[in-house]
Amino acid sequence: MEWKIEIKNRKGVFNPLGNGVKKDILDLGISSVKKVDVSHVFIISGDITESDAKRIAGELLADPITEEYAIGPVKGPKGRVVEIAYNPGVMDPVEESAKKAIRDMGIYGVKSLRTEKKYFIEGKITEEDFKNICEKLLYNKVIQHVAKERSVKNGLRGSAYKFKLITVDMLGADDKKLMNISKSGQLFLNLKEMQEIRKYFRKLGRNPTDCELETIAQTWSEHCGHKTFRGIIEYEEEGKKRIIDNLLKNTIIKVTNELKKPWCVSVFKDNAGIIRFDEDDNICFKVETHNHPSALEPYGGAGTGIGGVIRDILGVGLAAKPIMNTDIFCFGLPDAEHKKVPRGMLHPKRIMKGVVSGVRDYGNRMGIPTLNGAVLFDERYTGNPLVYCGTVGIMPKNKSFKSTRPGELIVAVGGRTGRDGIHGATFSSGELTHESGTVSGGAVQIGNPITEKKVTDTLLKARDRSLYTAITDCGAGGFSSAVGEMGQGIGAEVDLEKAPLKYQGLNYTEIWISEAQERMVLSVPRENLAELLDIFRKEDVEAVVIGCFTSNNRLKLRYNGNVVCDLDMGFLHDGTPRFERKAVWSKPVHKECRYKTKRNFNPDLLKLLSSWNVCSKEWVIRQYDHEVQGQSVLKPLVGVKNDGPGDASIIRPKFNSKKGIIISNGINPRFGMIDPYLMAGSVIDEALRQVIAVGGSLKRTAILDNFCWGNTDKPDRLGGLVRASFGCYDTAKAYGIPFISGKDSLNNEYSVHGKSVSIPGTLLISAISVMDDVTKAISMDLKEKGDLLYVIGETKDEMGGSHYNLINNCVGNNAPVVDAKKGSRIFDKLSEAADFGLIRACHDLSEGGMAVALAEMAFSGGSGIKVSLKEAPSQVKKDHVILFSESNTRFIAEVRKEDKKKFETLMKGAAVGLLGEVSGSKDFEVYGVNGDKIIDISIDKLKEAWQKPLRW
Amino acid sequence: MKKPKVIILRTAGTNCDNETAAAFRMAGGEPEFVHINELARAERSLKDYQILAIPGGFTYGDDIASGKILANEIKYKLNEDLKNFINSGKLVIGICNGFQALVKAGILPGLDNGVMEATLSFNDSGSFIDKWVELKSHSADRIAQRCIWTKGLPETIYLPIAHGEGKFIPRDSDILKRLRKNDQIVFRYIDNPNGSIDDIAGICDTTGRVLGLMPHPERHSLGTQHPRWTREGLKEYGDGFAIFKNGIDYVKEKL
Repeated sequence: MEWKIEIKNRKGVFNPLGNGVKKDILDLGISSVKKVDVSHVFIISGDITESDAKRIAGELLADPITEEYAIGPVKGPKGRVVEIAYNPGVMDPVEESAKKAIRDMGIYGVKSLRTEKKYFIEGKITEEDFKNICEKLLYNKVIQHVAKERSVKNGLRGSAYKFKLITVDMLGADDKKLMNISKSGQLFLNLKEMQEIRKYFRKLGRNPTDCELETIAQTWSEHCGHKTFRGIIEYEEEGKKRIIDNLLKNTIIKVTNELKKPWCVSVFKDNAGIIRFDEDDNICFKVETHNHPSALEPYGGAGTGIGGVIRDILGVGLAAKPIMNTDIFCFGLPDAEHKKVPRGMLHPKRIMKGVVSGVRDYGNRMGIPTLNGAVLFDERYTGNPLVYCGTVGIMPKNKSFKSTRPGELIVAVGGRTGRDGIHGATFSSGELTHESGTVSGGAVQIGNPITEKKVTDTLLKARDRSLYTAITDCGAGGFSSAVGEMGQGIGAEVDLEKAPLKYQGLNYTEIWISEAQERMVLSVPRENLAELLDIFRKEDVEAVVIGCFTSNNRLKLRYNGNVVCDLDMGFLHDGTPRFERKAVWSKPVHKECRYKTKRNFNPDLLKLLSSWNVCSKEWVIRQYDHEVQGQSVLKPLVGVKNDGPGDASIIRPKFNSKKGIIISNGINPRFGMIDPYLMAGSVIDEALRQVIAVGGSLKRTAILDNFCWGNTDKPDRLGGLVRASFGCYDTAKAYGIPFISGKDSLNNEYSVHGKSVSIPGTLLISAISVMDDVTKAISMDLKEKGDLLYVIGETKDEMGGSHYNLINNCVGNNAPVVDAKKGSRIFDKLSEAADFGLIRACHDLSEGGMAVALAEMAFSGGSGIKVSLKEAPSQVKKDHVILFSESNTRFIAEVRKEDKKKFETLMKGAAVGLLGEVSGSKDFEVYGVNGDKIIDISIDKLKEAWQKPLRW
Repeated sequence: MKKPKVIILRTAGTNCDNETAAAFRMAGGEPEFVHINELARAERSLKDYQILAIPGGFTYGDDIASGKILANEIKYKLNEDLKNFINSGKLVIGICNGFQALVKAGILPGLDNGVMEATLSFNDSGSFIDKWVELKSHSADRIAQRCIWTKGLPETIYLPIAHGEGKFIPRDSDILKRLRKNDQIVFRYIDNPNGSIDDIAGICDTTGRVLGLMPHPERHSLGTQHPRWTREGLKEYGDGFAIFKNGIDYVKEKL
């Protein structure tokens, strides 16, 4: 029997969900909608009587105070009605928990439970408006459909699977056919690679099975193999050519190898970089990207992005406990005209709202504070947003390394395997087109954070009892990637039919490569199995033996006894032909801004504060739980009203210790438009600046690189990537800061009318730093009237790529350069001053330069300032340059008057200028190099300008 | 005397267990993490503890409604044990998701037996919000106050909220009247962040021994947790600590 139960608000109950939708409809430019009601539909089938259904509805599903239920269709208010359901095979997280609750009630007959959302839209709207509302707001065809169109199924949930071995004819295939095989199978392998595979199987004298081919494609994918970074590059710059054999080894990894920091515990080997925290524990940090899935289904894409990086942390060493998240997003402009958004792409505002809520719902449910992040906007991210998700973990020192041994059992833990997420690894290695949604829909998933939370809780218990010897997450590539990686160098055998499935109908290859979420793979000594399974069983986590590790260096897969894959591990992992690519870089010439002398910069400052990149991100931050776990010491929002933009964030991971962790990020694609080399330097400098600004030091600071680039098959794109890598090496080496982990996401392009648009090459640098005493932390808000304001660091005429240029519609050419020698001195002296307690507030100078930093400090502290640019260290005596140039390694610091001498003595040898003081009034007063007042405006006006744009 | 034993109830999606335990430990208690399955399967017993704490989180993903599935589980699996626990004079605290569960299981406000007399519904903003709020504690204007958890608290305290469904709605005006009359409204928001009726942020039951609140006292038990300690000075303990201390001291004195 199937029951349809509909839950809706009682009359008169305030309706925030409907109001939210109404607001979004208004954003679409449709103003005639009067009211939106939302009701929740549950479709329950199984051996359920009517009285059961009524009990379920009345006692469980409906809130007796605010809601009412009806069994069977409900008559809504007048207007249009649309019912949205998940596509078959898409994870419906409510299904599992609702079924559990019904069993708790003593009702056992439920076979399936599905949820739908039903919208009642009141008001005069045209058919086209209605269609627009549905498609642009209420559902996403990648994962959902309008319920009456149930026939539109993509067949993800099938009937029973009957085994049939499929082989692919490669032995006789010519090159053209090889490429057809690659393309039609969504393998994203190039000809050279396909030829290499053909050669391997010709030697064996047989054709590969589909499963073997998929396994190779996944292992060799850009996503998993970083082929570009590890390949051979012929690089040309200003007519000079050189060969780079493995860019990664020659730049990023080289820094770390040369610096040989004793506190770097594990770098570039495991899921995340590990550094020492204290005598007992290590900490680890990883930042991942989830760009393509977030472009197609922002909510699910971003949620599974954060879910994935959390699993990276669970899979590092023998598992670390996730203690903090950081998220950095790049979107198109939120006010883009709807008609200008390319076909098949979602509007940037919808992407942004979806991404933020995806990260919110996953991160918050996992109970991990999202403490830090950034949001950037640029037109070129419209079709290809960037979603960086990072997680920090902590682990006992002796749990930092893994080693799989032959004979141990392969245990799959956590979520079940479904048809979701097929081809994610290979899909992310290709370009987005308007058809990506339909062709690669299976690559997009909805996560179930509670499953992952349960896995986390139990896994850490099993870790502490030393019940397994190795662990890996099922990320891109699913079992294929996890088991393949763990079995590298020894061998593995898996019986695929043993993997628990969400529903029947999956064939052996689908089981092997599905990227269904929330799964981990363990290597377990046989004698520990019973105890291990008991830990999971006690908290309702599924754990199943699916095979064992061997010593014959082969990857052997069976389905009900039939061999479906038998590959040499050596070929699988080391057989990839090296990439050979050309890279060219030449310095572009951008339009310069011509600035006339100005007497008043009030409007410029207001405009900068209201610009998308600078404005307050409070709307985003408040949706994240940044307090959970109770360990945040310096939160993302600081100041007298808890709404100022903090620099780095600090947590103290142990309640009984004052030791802390500082996390910060540096990102600025606008510098990359001029020179990716300089961008790399500047974003490293920015990440380090923030560590220093909150009272940290560079002593135990490490960084992560994260490159999001366009299609590096194109020499100009690759040229930029090479330049950026050089910049990483030079700057990090000069500052003495090791890289401990990194990631690259290439092919961030999308096609509009057949023409490829690339994102601006974007490098994110994330820093992690150990702070000895968190009670010395400094926030950026001004503290007290009468205190002195200093600028530290020299301001140069480096307006290129600045936000001041941006609001004046040009890019410029003189991007900021890092002077690491002077920079190091500034960093070290400032952290010494902080350690002595001489600094009351400190803010780094980034987007918008000195003017924006001063304004932010002033309105966050609720106090005006009176400053003069005369004393600012600078060779350039131009007001607009000193105010808005984004030169590196600069800070504003607030110092007590009585500490003036101490501070100035300590800072000797670094460029320091006394600008003025905290006035205590509401006025923000700045005098220019000639002594004229060039800015005079109330801090309330500045704050309003800064808060208004994203007050959604 | 022996340290009071506190059960920190865990289940799928609990996520404030560690910091809640830390707060009880600092207050002199001995917290133990217990999964609800262990109670339901009689592997452990509520009888062995003096305080039951249901911490914050998203139990079962807040699927259906926040705290609802845990409430349902408590009702069907722990009902008698929990009633006996409360009737024997012991203490219960539900924070955030724990409060939602206690309300939806009919334990709070507990005017009449076991029926839902109030609910916690979506914030008026429709969105999850993390924010620090000033709370007015009822103790200031009462000498013989009912709730043992909030005795001696200053007139206002400062705690963070982090929830999407924190709007307190009593079933009807009669319930609200009785809550007021019984002095069961323990905390009110000074600047209502979610639309709660009568600004209600936390209530106790008629015994005064069962407390539920949406704000998180455990997230302000240490001085460094205050969002403005860098400007207002660092204290050793935060405002929320006194609540845990009250609970532990009560057990030490009375039980």
